[in-house]
Amino acid sequence: MNIDFRTPEYSIHRDGVRCTNCRICVHQCANEAHIWDEKQKKVLADDIKCVNCHRCVLTCPTRALSIGSYPLEFKPNAHWTPHYITSIFKQASSGAMLLAGMGTDKPYPVYWDHLLINASQVTNPSIDPLREPMELKTFLGRKPDSLKIENGKLTEKMPPQLELETPIMFAAMSFGAISLNAMTSLAIAAEKMGTFYNTGEGGLHSSLYKYGKNTIVQVASGRFGVHTDYLWAGSAIEIKIGQGAKPGIGGHLPGEKVGLDVSLTRMIPEGSDAISPAPHHDIYSIEDLRQLIYSLKEATDYSKPVAVKIAAVHNIAAIASGAARAGADIIVIDGFRGGTGAAPLRTRDNVGIPIELALAAVDSRLRSESIRHQVSLVVAGSIRCSSDVIKAIAIGADACYIGSAALMALGCHMCQKCYTGKCNWGIATQNPNLTKRLDPVAGAERAANLLKAWSHEIKEMLGGMGINALESLRGNRLMLRGIGLTEKELSILGVKHAGE
Amino acid sequence: MQFREGQVRIPSGCAISGIMNRKGNLFSGNDIIKSIALMHDRSNGLGGGFAAYGIYPEYADFYAIHMFYESGACRETTETFLNEHFEIEIGGKIPTRKVASVTNAPIIWRYFVQPKPDRLLQSGLEVDEYVAQCVMRINSEYSGAFVVSSGKNMGAFKGVGYPEDMGEFYKLDTYKGYLWTAHGRFPTNTPGWWGGAHPFTLLDWSIVHNGEISSYDANRRYLEMFGYKCSLQTDTEAITYIFDLLLRKHNLPLDVVVTAMAAPFWSAIERMEPEKRELVKSIRTVFGPLLVNGPFSIILGSRKGFVALNDRIKLRALVAAEKGDYVYVASEESAIREVCPQPDKVWAVAGGEPVIAMLEGVDQL
Repeated sequence: MNIDFRTPEYSIHRDGVRCTNCRICVHQCANEAHIWDEKQKKVLADDIKCVNCHRCVLTCPTRALSIGSYPLEFKPNAHWTPHYITSIFKQASSGAMLLAGMGTDKPYPVYWDHLLINASQVTNPSIDPLREPMELKTFLGRKPDSLKIENGKLTEKMPPQLELETPIMFAAMSFGAISLNAMTSLAIAAEKMGTFYNTGEGGLHSSLYKYGKNTIVQVASGRFGVHTDYLWAGSAIEIKIGQGAKPGIGGHLPGEKVGLDVSLTRMIPEGSDAISPAPHHDIYSIEDLRQLIYSLKEATDYSKPVAVKIAAVHNIAAIASGAARAGADIIVIDGFRGGTGAAPLRTRDNVGIPIELALAAVDSRLRSESIRHQVSLVVAGSIRCSSDVIKAIAIGADACYIGSAALMALGCHMCQKCYTGKCNWGIATQNPNLTKRLDPVAGAERAANLLKAWSHEIKEMLGGMGINALESLRGNRLMLRGIGLTEKELSILGVKHAGE
Repeated sequence: MQFREGQVRIPSGCAISGIMNRKGNLFSGNDIIKSIALMHDRSNGLGGGFAAYGIYPEYADFYAIHMFYESGACRETTETFLNEHFEIEIGGKIPTRKVASVTNAPIIWRYFVQPKPDRLLQSGLEVDEYVAQCVMRINSEYSGAFVVSSGKNMGAFKGVGYPEDMGEFYKLDTYKGYLWTAHGRFPTNTPGWWGGAHPFTLLDWSIVHNGEISSYDANRRYLEMFGYKCSLQTDTEAITYIFDLLLRKHNLPLDVVVTAMAAPFWSAIERMEPEKRELVKSIRTVFGPLLVNGPFSIILGSRKGFVALNDRIKLRALVAAEKGDYVYVASEESAIREVCPQPDKVWAVAGGEPVIAMLEGVDQL
């Protein structure tokens, strides 16, 4: 007898009294975990197919469903945990790399949770955002050392800037990895909130050109969907060198997700895998990056800032400094907890460094070289809430990208199976039966609400610190204290310990 | 254990006052002492000081270096540095009076100097920058020595004590200047260090300041990229350097500098004429890191006049008045009326709107 070593991760509980056998769960589950048994005239479940996305739980009209961990234990072993045992089973069976979606779920230190924010007491007053103006406006782009002014007029034009009403943008997620409805949701939300979304490396769908002034178009190593109109369509261009979830390797969109629309947008044959090379084949060193930056600036008449996105790796400070000197107007650093549609699991869980340390190191390095003000710093990869944004800005970021959080606003439940193309929430899929579940107008409302809510919270905490404009928090590390950190960690983060 | 400015950040509240004669007529330090003395309760005896302009007409072309030394030994090492970098025209103790409440005074000297021509040439620096860099080197590298002031035809007189006692200690009634500013300090700690008192100065700039700015570290880290060393960790030091960077190094007009430091709100900027809007927007975009946030009222003194400024939402008191050629600013109106009972005009200074008083014939600070 041939035994398949796979065992279910989750167990589906169906309350026999509440279930009316209406079969909504059967229709809702793209993973086919719920099955209609014609003979018994009742709904059964195949636990092994369940990814714990909660779609059935939330659509069940009688609340008959709940999901739990599958009650199966290995003999306890601190070294050979169930994860490693089951991974070996899978690979012994498939002979393939393990795939994963979203960011790493390993318990690495989360430095955001070891930083505390200051507030004013007595010696200077806190400012009440309900009664006083509180400004979050943010400009991304190259800033000159000074201004040339004669008779009250600027005599030299400012370099192009992105103007954000709140320091939060939607991170690069490509059409292909996510659905058109998901992209449209983010585009509308960005327009509504005065911020930007990013096309990722999948080109720009023809229906999205109208959101161009709130769009950042990406140029990645595969050059999918890159042409002149595309470069001109957005307000900024981002060169993607690397991604936090998978530093050192390129993107991978399986052919199953490349339907007609994706094929047209990416300019690749329908059904073909879209595999972008690990490096840009015209960038083998920093001087090559400069050439690409200036090619893109030339192509767009120096009218748009050019960003360079790099994954947070060990030597990030020197790399960022090189990118700044190569002419990048904005540097995006993507931390190792950043999400992705598909990544090799071992890469995702083991390559790169936390964004908090990377950001602190880059900001300090650029300042010690007196070039920090020339370039804007955007951080991505693990921003979960408004206080994470505040902490990032106090360490030295100009703005943040949110990817996972934005998708959660649209309904993502972090089941981490984006690479299967079976996203029951209509986000990480191209299956029309699934994508129609996400209404872009409702999605935009939710994504905009998230930014609105976070902006309110940021204003509240800013006012508490006695600050009424976000620029006064930027790099203001005195507003932070560390808790439970070593001397080394404190020195890299450039903050004092609580109580100091 | 006592900490000094530079080892720890010490917030403080304060009183400030300033008097100027626009025609450049000289008057004694009596009025400014009376004015700041009236606000006795706004300080707590842990710091007081004055800046005076026009007091050294006989050495008007020399940089007047006022120094604190903690010991004879550090005076000698610092003087070696001064001798290497400057021609010293004359040097000596600053005369003081015995005042019962003033104790633990350091050795207080002043020198009238010019940069050594060969050194200046070698440095490749413009003369003011050469002096500024020497000042910053002494303050950061010569332990026990502190440059109190370094401008021409001006000087700062300060120490630990109530400002009126400092005025008496330094015999300010015997000096005559056309512009005086004063400061009474209320620190929330007990540093007891003379160098930590205000005004803070660099070259001709002197700052007296009341407030605790919440943007300090953002301001500091930006300034450090332009070569400033914020060794005292005080707001006043940072504010002085902001003025120095924007006015002297970048050579920007005063209204632009004020716009950078106490910027109008975006809602107000949107209502401006297109050309002005573009300019103010650019100023906020480029100099955002120099926005001074949180409560402050300051008087920036210079050889050419002064500018008094409140933070943009006026979280600190500041009143101004005029009488003939005299212009007054102070934390409280009573401190003005104490020395000028019937001013022609008195007004509460609005947030972010500077009071600018310049000598006749001068159009930029």
